[in-house]
Amino acid sequence: MGLFSFLKEKFLHKEKKADTILTYDKGLNKAKKAFTDKINKLTPDDSIPNNYFERLEEILIEADVGINLTTNIINNLAKTIKEEKIRSLSAANEALVSEMFKDYMKEENIVNDISFNETPTVLLVVGVNGVGKTTSIAKLANRYLKMNKKVMLAAADTFRAGAIEQLKAWGERLKIEVITGAVNSDPASVAYVAAKKAKEQNVDLLIVDTAGRLQTKVNLMNELSKIARVIKKEIPNAPHETFLILDATTGQNGVIQAKAFNEATKITGAVITKMDGTSKGGILLAIRHDLNIPVRFIGLGETLDDLKEFDINLYLHGLCVEE
Amino acid sequence: MAFEALTDKFSSIIKRLKGETYLTEKNMEEMLKSIRLALLDADVNYKVVKEFVNNVKNKALGQEVYKKVNPSQMITKIVHDELVTLLGSTDSEIKYPTTRPIIVMLVGLQGTGKTTTAGKLAKYFQEKLHKKTILAACDIYRPAAIDQLEQISKQVNATFFSLGKENPVTIAKKAKELAFNEHYDALILDTAGRLQIDEQLMDELKNIKAEVSPDEILLLVDAASGQDAINVALAFNEKLGLSGCIMSKLDGDARGGASLSIRHLTNVPIKFIGIGEKLIDLDAFHPDRMADRILGMGDVVSLVEKVKDQIDEKEMEKESKKMLSGSFTLDDMLHQMKQVKRLGSLSGILKLIPGMPKITDEQKEKAEQEMKNFEVIINSMTKEEREHPEILKNSRKIRIAKGSGKTSYDINRVLKKYEQMKEVTKRMKDYRKNGGRGLPPGMNFPGAF
Repeated sequence: MGLFSFLKEKFLHKEKKADTILTYDKGLNKAKKAFTDKINKLTPDDSIPNNYFERLEEILIEADVGINLTTNIINNLAKTIKEEKIRSLSAANEALVSEMFKDYMKEENIVNDISFNETPTVLLVVGVNGVGKTTSIAKLANRYLKMNKKVMLAAADTFRAGAIEQLKAWGERLKIEVITGAVNSDPASVAYVAAKKAKEQNVDLLIVDTAGRLQTKVNLMNELSKIARVIKKEIPNAPHETFLILDATTGQNGVIQAKAFNEATKITGAVITKMDGTSKGGILLAIRHDLNIPVRFIGLGETLDDLKEFDINLYLHGLCVEE
Repeated sequence: MAFEALTDKFSSIIKRLKGETYLTEKNMEEMLKSIRLALLDADVNYKVVKEFVNNVKNKALGQEVYKKVNPSQMITKIVHDELVTLLGSTDSEIKYPTTRPIIVMLVGLQGTGKTTTAGKLAKYFQEKLHKKTILAACDIYRPAAIDQLEQISKQVNATFFSLGKENPVTIAKKAKELAFNEHYDALILDTAGRLQIDEQLMDELKNIKAEVSPDEILLLVDAASGQDAINVALAFNEKLGLSGCIMSKLDGDARGGASLSIRHLTNVPIKFIGIGEKLIDLDAFHPDRMADRILGMGDVVSLVEKVKDQIDEKEMEKESKKMLSGSFTLDDMLHQMKQVKRLGSLSGILKLIPGMPKITDEQKEKAEQEMKNFEVIINSMTKEEREHPEILKNSRKIRIAKGSGKTSYDINRVLKKYEQMKEVTKRMKDYRKNGGRGLPPGMNFPGAF
């Protein structure tokens, strides 16, 4: 079975997850429409047009995949097309998706959901300013509350005006406890207190919100490492997960962000937010390619239920093939 | 700073070209490829990059006259000019009405920094321009957005205005009334972040605009924005008629390529840049300075222009032919030194050369003094002495020293310099004989100190 038929097979058996597909489709619709229209416009019949690779380059770059990975994908695709004597556009597109799929999966098995191997499980949430960390935390909390987990939040963003209030507001709406400190107090101490309380109260999941920081601010990046260290004092294996929140509108700086945060505190997954806009979020492919960081969840809107598990098949097909 | 990475790239591209005397199709291709990569990596829009690279190519190939300066300088000038064109060639400042408060409305996607920037603008208005300012909270959607603006208002001593979760159009209207009735100088409206495809919320902005007719509608753009930034700007501009952009988060290492695209494709000028999280971190945007920063090469452009104006090409050619024929005399050396001197005072030139180690005023003066000394000494020689310096023995040196008012030590220095330059000539001859063009690698312009 070729890889693409394998993908198709997988899709056919996806019906039980119809709910996911629907929201995905709704959210990704605008993004994918632009992309697919472009590909389809390449040629009226099903032959591979002369400017196929040139247009492909434009499409991938405009989706923020980045010039390096784009060149990489195109070179590999050209090789496949030549070797397998592919003549039709649809087959070429299928080969393209397979190429991108292989590049993303790296023959690994990616589990999106947090596995609760230990109680409490600690999730540290990091990212630059304005990517939607706090909102994503509320959505994640909501997801695990629905799975009957006991969830607690820690407001370790003591810097941004209104940040503590924002998390508290979500806590009230979700009816869960939010551990806070004073404005401008040491975020590590808030995290420490929260870890302690989470242990005492048998919380399943403690989500620690941190202040947005640009990855170039050395002191603030050190502060992140410190937060992770301090939590370990109470819960030695914590943080079990560290999610990097990435804005789908982010360009090539996304790779630099991911690299820097990964160095400060080992990133176990990314959450791509604002995918309901017109940005294609192609940087997630580059981040996976360069740094092995998988996307775990995807934000498709502003309501609590707009957080979905990331599925590379859906993503690529939404972007490249299906209408 | 944000543009440093791009700057580094340009520098390394240009470095690669250094030492090559002429632009050829081959080194040009490589150069253009690198420029393209650098710009795409900086998130400049794909189409803008295409156009940019074409413009640079056409300009470079069309300008053979520039053969006299080295290609790296020429490319720098062309790239610089194109960048300035792209960024908009004039500064765009905010115009303040004199008889009533200025109304500024901030709009943009979620998380681009509207609320923080509202605070920065308020601080700028209050402290730099002494304008009494109101900050009005029109973001009724994001949890705690109102709290955030209230806290910021306190920090910058601006008046905070909120009607809770009232309709944002009403909030804007009431805030305007307050600003007019209480004789404020400025009103800043902080609106909720929204997607440009959210018609309902876009209509809300349109209604606010119709209600209060803002003097400035400024779009916040994150410096890390990718290729889609241009679509966002186009949509906001179409709906609202933007008066400008503010690029936020330029204190990171994001390269802000979107600023190039937006200015070029929408004609909306960038008016401010956000350069830090503190409330004083807001700067006016200057396109020419930004272009200089992208190139990171000091004022190379004026150097190129100076060189172009003042070096007499024909004379240079005669000079180098003479050097290569081997008949290099003290007169030739003096002549060459004068050519360099014509470029202006040495210190002026040094200042224009990027990457030049800082030279103290004392050192500069010394170098210029030395050139003057050389001239006086050579002028005190006979024609024969100048053409055949090897005949200069002790008695002649004493005579020249007396005539020029210098010591024989000074005269020996002139002769030593002459020997050095002659050596350069010899090496150049060998180099050319072996097929090299221009100066051998690592060799400086002869005659320069």
